[in-house]
Amino acid sequence: MVKRLLLLVMFSLVGCLIFGAEYRIGAVFAVTGPASWLGDPEKKTVEMLEEEINAQGGINGIPIRVIVEDTKGDETQTVNAVRKLITRDRVLAIIGPSRSGTTLAVIPIVEKYKVPLVSCAAAEAIVKPVKKWVFKTPQTDRFAVERIYQYMKKKGIKRIGIITGTTGFGAQGRKHLLALAPKYGIEVVADETYAPQDTDMTPQLLRIKAKNPQAIVNWSIVPGQAIVPRNMKELGMNIPLFQSHGFGNIKYVKAAGEAAEGIIFPAGRLLVADLLPDTHPQKKVLMEYKRKYESRYQEPVSTFGGHAYDAFWLIVNALKAVGPNRAKIRDYIENTKNFVGTGGIFNFSPEDHNGLDIEAFEMLTVKNGKFTLLGD
Amino acid sequence: MDWQNFLQLVLSGITIGSIYAFIGIGFNIIYNTTSIINFAQGEFVMLGGLILYSFHQTLHIPLIPAILLTLILVTLIGIGMERLTLHPVKNPTVLNMIIITIGCSIFLKGVALSIWGREVYHLPFFFPRPPFQIGGASITTQSLVVWIALILSSAFLYFFYRFTLLGKAMRACSVNPVAARLMGIKVKSLVTLSFALAAFLGGLAGVTITPISLMDYQRGSLLALKGFAAAVLGGLGKEFGAILAGMALGITESLVAGYISSGYKDAVSLLILLFILFVRPGGIMGSKEEISLREL
Repeated sequence: MVKRLLLLVMFSLVGCLIFGAEYRIGAVFAVTGPASWLGDPEKKTVEMLEEEINAQGGINGIPIRVIVEDTKGDETQTVNAVRKLITRDRVLAIIGPSRSGTTLAVIPIVEKYKVPLVSCAAAEAIVKPVKKWVFKTPQTDRFAVERIYQYMKKKGIKRIGIITGTTGFGAQGRKHLLALAPKYGIEVVADETYAPQDTDMTPQLLRIKAKNPQAIVNWSIVPGQAIVPRNMKELGMNIPLFQSHGFGNIKYVKAAGEAAEGIIFPAGRLLVADLLPDTHPQKKVLMEYKRKYESRYQEPVSTFGGHAYDAFWLIVNALKAVGPNRAKIRDYIENTKNFVGTGGIFNFSPEDHNGLDIEAFEMLTVKNGKFTLLGD
Repeated sequence: MDWQNFLQLVLSGITIGSIYAFIGIGFNIIYNTTSIINFAQGEFVMLGGLILYSFHQTLHIPLIPAILLTLILVTLIGIGMERLTLHPVKNPTVLNMIIITIGCSIFLKGVALSIWGREVYHLPFFFPRPPFQIGGASITTQSLVVWIALILSSAFLYFFYRFTLLGKAMRACSVNPVAARLMGIKVKSLVTLSFALAAFLGGLAGVTITPISLMDYQRGSLLALKGFAAAVLGGLGKEFGAILAGMALGITESLVAGYISSGYKDAVSLLILLFILFVRPGGIMGSKEEISLREL
């Protein structure tokens, strides 16, 4: 036992000597478990970027090491992982967690130990009210709603019906849809919901139809977003259908078939990187990330990996500028302006730890089974 | 709302209800032989939909052979599940077997997740043509496919259980396995057969409803919850009971969503379910005496 302990101490001493000069960054992602579709592309993204930076000689000659911990999407495991990263690995900053719930769970810890954390989760509660050490890269759901309303206002749509799923995503969207409508002079005349296992939304749509709105907003994750358009078509309803940014996956378009034509929805620009005009400030970043990720992993790039991409560069840029000091890194991120990421152009401030606004969303539509830019 | 909307709501309700009923009758088959609830029934439905997707859309096998292949495969999975997990159990109490089926359900979902991922899959309607118009209300061709498949399956089961020796033997296994064995019935073989039948019908339900409901790895068990409610409400083991109850649930949900509020539709239909079970614990078609005669 004693021998083994001695060996361990020796190894760690040698380890310190060999690996001593390195910048350690922690990453906590739901790599496995129910939210692996978030954590998996995030992990792949940061590993790719870590390699890229070290191949170029690291930051000011010092290599970086990203220590990825798997949270399995679970609060307890995330808390343990973050504690381990801070107290044992002494990381300079943390990327992640992947989910809103797990992020909220670790906020007290990073606040206590004063470690900058850039979350990859979407909930507005993460940065509102502002927490000194906590930032996030994904666009907020509220911006997606505002983007839709802004477009409707321009098109003179004033009476809408909303239909939302009863999942967390749908309920959150419904809250924003109802709260923000008056600001844009829009009246919600019908407010319907459906459960995740529902197979037919005809009754809800009939109720909405009876109120005679000018457009419908459907806020849910699949399969509701494929069933509602099909039911509308069966009922012969021809008013415009708006959906959430959750519709941004070409597979859902295929699932809705012909009924998907003409659906309008907001989305981050990563999905339509190749459609953007060359003059768009994000075009270069988006195309580069897409090309590198897709050629390395042979799978389509996802928005979620993009969130980790943005978080990684925010931290690394800070590290380059101010060196290995947690407080200085935090201050640098808070004052970052015009940072072009995959999620949008970030402008952080002491009052805004997300740094994005509704311009982060582009309005898209479906034409001949493909996403296209809607234009205004 | 006018007559046309009412008709549309009822037709949608029947479509929703026939999906519940179709899944519900799958529960009945295994209950009829073993007195257990097979919690993996929803997974047969899910496998039916997803396997057909792979055969038809990925491997481009024409629809009819693809459906046949799918049904054979799902039936084999059902047999395999019974042979590998329930069959070897030395002391097959009802509780043990139910827990085993829960395990199978989790396992099958996990396998499906690793094969098909989290994507939602859809199939085209079997007869792609615009919806029929009846009195101003529309009904899709696929709903008719589900109804016809449902009616044929339940009629088959009704005659099978009432008029064939094999069917009667299967019911005897459920009422009293020991007595059935003393009468020379091979109880274990019949249990395997009932899983084959249940998997076949579950697969058929999955195949026919996927064009309407879409399918992903966990959708089967979500739908099975309602299917289970239909089976219980109709009286476990009663095929026509499940159909009646499924339709009642579907139409209630549809009307509540159409006239009261979509937020309350599940609550109202489950309240009705509870109420009926208070008044008639055996379900609409079942009798209390029959329930108390069973050995648990």
